[in-house]
Amino acid sequence: MSLKRKDLLSLAPLSVDEVKLLLETADSFKEVTGREIKKVPALRGRTVVNLFFEPSTRTRTSFELAAKRLSADVINFSPSSSSVVKGETLLDTARNIEAMQADIIVLRHPSAGAAETLARGVKSSVINAGDGWHEHPTQGLLDLYTIRDRGLSFEGLRVAIVGDVAHSRVARSNIHALVKLGAEVRLVGPPTMMPFEVKKLGVRVYYNFDEALQGAQVIMMLRLQLERQGKALFPTIREYARLYGLTTERVKIADPGAIVMHPGPINRGVEIAPEVADSLSSVILDQVANGVAVRMGILYLLSGAS
Amino acid sequence: MTMSSGEQKERREEKLVMDAGDIARAVTRIAHEILERNKGVQALGLVGIRTGGVYLAHRLVKRIQEIEAASVPIGELDITLYRDDLSLRKEQPILRKTSVPFDISDKIIVLVDDVLFTGRTIRAAMDGLIDLGRPAEIQLAVLVDRGHRQLPIKANYIGKNLPTAREENVQVLLEESGEDDRVVILKP
Repeated sequence: MSLKRKDLLSLAPLSVDEVKLLLETADSFKEVTGREIKKVPALRGRTVVNLFFEPSTRTRTSFELAAKRLSADVINFSPSSSSVVKGETLLDTARNIEAMQADIIVLRHPSAGAAETLARGVKSSVINAGDGWHEHPTQGLLDLYTIRDRGLSFEGLRVAIVGDVAHSRVARSNIHALVKLGAEVRLVGPPTMMPFEVKKLGVRVYYNFDEALQGAQVIMMLRLQLERQGKALFPTIREYARLYGLTTERVKIADPGAIVMHPGPINRGVEIAPEVADSLSSVILDQVANGVAVRMGILYLLSGAS
Repeated sequence: MTMSSGEQKERREEKLVMDAGDIARAVTRIAHEILERNKGVQALGLVGIRTGGVYLAHRLVKRIQEIEAASVPIGELDITLYRDDLSLRKEQPILRKTSVPFDISDKIIVLVDDVLFTGRTIRAAMDGLIDLGRPAEIQLAVLVDRGHRQLPIKANYIGKNLPTAREENVQVLLEESGEDDRVVILKP
């Protein structure tokens, strides 16, 4: 089995076998990132362009490291220092980058569907590094990888995804993939933060955090986007933290071996208590470490000759 | 080059060139030669190239253990990321994990593969190995050398020299992959 795709835009359309292939491929790169010389020549002579229209440190650095460890050449392109401020369209920007023989374009964009539009317009492979509220497939895959790496299997796995699900592309990618793999996904948060037509996702919805935590094996916290305060989604940050913040006491309600995840950056004391973020059940830094291996795998699988 | 060849058997005519006894004797002789050349197991390590080479490396280590009553560290190498044709392929090959659980630096490493053909796999394996450390020496053991080298590479230990035509397909089939031990030439 091989990945017969030009692009990775979202996890929703992937088959179970494709998801498994992506996870298994990451295993090989985890071994590479554990070596003293963390570099293989697989993408020698290839060019990867990071095209980021939104601020990002973690994801951009992770992609950059992944590409470099595969021996690709990497260019980072951000709109503040470019012709985008002069009014160039996304597609024109991308075509110019493509004219410079970019093989893979990694796109982060505030509009849902931007990656798909780009993928249709260029011959290069496109990897979606987050498009609006739509999806963040590489984060979803690294979350799955981290769960699997902890020895948990997906069939029947009880996963609570907590917070602003409606505005989270991380949540959306995880929901699609976890449901596909047979996990029991529980969404937790205030009604204002639940997506429309949530019933169609094949998940259970909880408004009470403690109820949702009963027997949960994975607690996936989402970042509270503090900039949304004042948009009538929640009254005060203190109230939100009391109702939906993960504390040591709440972790005790979950399965004894439960792991705590967070895509970062974390708001300590808001959605997650500092002592939980730093506890043994927290795999937040494993997620970051695994991200590089997972992205190496994706770059490798998409790097076939066109 | 080991393949699941149940279907192959029906479709193609195969010519037997080594049977189970021949393979066992070749493994025993190579084990003796490795020990003779390196004066024992001091600083010795075996690394098999996935997949056939790994099976043979395990057999060699077992035989060496029986002869010398000493154990030799063993590793498994996947050379995919070092292939020279990755940029030419439409779909990238499946990766299997490299696992060399000992430090290869300053060791005498015997690379083990089933068939030596163009030499490109061995070139890739040497690059892959050197990324893991700096061995004192790399030696090469193969069950079958079928000629047609495209790179200046030569094996130190050879089970059988097998003159072949370029378009012929040599297969080493081993019990470890659910076959009866044998080496066959599949006619094109």
